[in-house]
Amino acid sequence: MLIRRSPDLTHADVTPKSVYLNRRRFLQAMGIAGVAALAGTRLIDLISPSRNVYAGTKLTTVKGPFNTDEKITPYNDVTHYNNFYEFGTDKSDPAKNSQKFQTAPWSVSVEGEVAKPRTFTMDEILKLAPLEERIYRHRCVEAWSIVVPWIGFSLNTIIKLVEPTAKAKYVAFQSFYDLKQMPQSRGTGLDYPYVEGLRLDEAMNPLTLLCVGMYGETLPNQDGAPVRMVIPWKYGFKSIKSIVKIKFVKGEPPTTWSRMAPSEYGFFSNVNPAVDHPRWSQAKERRLGEIFRRNTLMFNGYGDQVASMYAGMDLKKNY
Amino acid sequence: MHKVLSNKWTKVVVFIICLAPLGALVERALHGRLGANPVEFVQHATGLWTLRFLIFTLTITPLRKLLKLPELIRFRRMLGLFAFFYVCLHFLTYIGPDQSFDLAAMWKDVAKRRYITMGFLGFVLLIPLAITSTAGWIRRLGGKRWQVLHRSIYITAICGVIHYYWLVKSDVRDPLFYAALVSILLLWRLGDWLAKKGRLAPAKTEMSRASADAS
Repeated sequence: MLIRRSPDLTHADVTPKSVYLNRRRFLQAMGIAGVAALAGTRLIDLISPSRNVYAGTKLTTVKGPFNTDEKITPYNDVTHYNNFYEFGTDKSDPAKNSQKFQTAPWSVSVEGEVAKPRTFTMDEILKLAPLEERIYRHRCVEAWSIVVPWIGFSLNTIIKLVEPTAKAKYVAFQSFYDLKQMPQSRGTGLDYPYVEGLRLDEAMNPLTLLCVGMYGETLPNQDGAPVRMVIPWKYGFKSIKSIVKIKFVKGEPPTTWSRMAPSEYGFFSNVNPAVDHPRWSQAKERRLGEIFRRNTLMFNGYGDQVASMYAGMDLKKNY
Repeated sequence: MHKVLSNKWTKVVVFIICLAPLGALVERALHGRLGANPVEFVQHATGLWTLRFLIFTLTITPLRKLLKLPELIRFRRMLGLFAFFYVCLHFLTYIGPDQSFDLAAMWKDVAKRRYITMGFLGFVLLIPLAITSTAGWIRRLGGKRWQVLHRSIYITAICGVIHYYWLVKSDVRDPLFYAALVSILLLWRLGDWLAKKGRLAPAKTEMSRASADAS
């Protein structure tokens, strides 16, 4: 098992973002005019610090539970290779098209079958609990994966505050949607706003992270700013981005990908190497930065924390 | 125009242009600009260029006839062979990084995944065309039989677009664009063939038969 309570890899081991960005610049410079150009770039950097459009605000964190000691995926890869269909379907589209996305002011409405419905402003969310850094594996349904130092706290912190009633059996999430800010969402084949859902026990699981940052900072726009879910034992599309609504409901809520192709994307969508996508295998995955594929782990390696929730269920049927 | 097209150096220039997509990949690789998933980047680029070169190859005959530029035929074999070249690179990214050179696993995948089956079929059908692309093979097979064999490029092109369509998750705009191009090129041939048949049926002259052979 790769999960540890006390990781020997901490944020101090994460290569600083500036190093990755500099490496990129280094390679570019080498391509143009070699070492001289490199020196030039460095000088320019000293005069006018690089305008870092992806940078967020630094967040103070405590060490969270459930960290993996695997090598963390470079920040630049996580921010320039991902899916956020509202900003286009190419992996590089979110970084390109989300830079003007307005994420402040922001609030999240928590409603439905709860005793104390409430709207949280982003400031309130950031102060609800100590922000933890958790290094999770993240597996996309497209068979690639990353390792990310997320920042946030267990979703159950908020759930306990609003007090779900006995009728609440599921949690429905909704993303922000504004065609004016997301014109690239047209023609992507999905219905918006993006919606997702969890069973209440899944939402209560301590692994289920309400995420407000990564790599020591607030979330960049393309990765779901300002607040998103991270559910590491499920395929990436379950980890809904840029949340505006969390609603407690009686029945299983509709979810975007399942609505688009019910035979390909189920409500649970737990990472499962034994249950293939109808069109491709889920047995292996390519970790970004690697050439050959590695074996995919059941529940993405989080079986100790989550397998008991699915005891007795046919996971082939409940894919 | 006729002069430029029949100039021997034009062929050299076209050859170099056809290598540009590979050059661009190499340049990106050398400068670390293949993105976060380099294997996928190369796989997608070589796949797309295969489809594009198939389309270029299929465009020669209609262009030749519509623009009355018979010299264009000089470039068809080269374009077809470049389609084969890029599909070989595409296949290498599959058998290598995707399947770790495990042939047994590859066969299972080819049999099980319909988009892989479709892509593999298109690839395999191109192999005999690449082998018999020489003047010697045209002689050995005879022009008529050679032509029939080489019409299987139509099937490869169709396999290519279906392979692409079945691969994408929800945004089918690009696959549909290529499907439309292939459809236009194949429908033009159907129209051309029907028109010729119409002409041929009432008056079976030597001349109309000769023009039918030229396609």
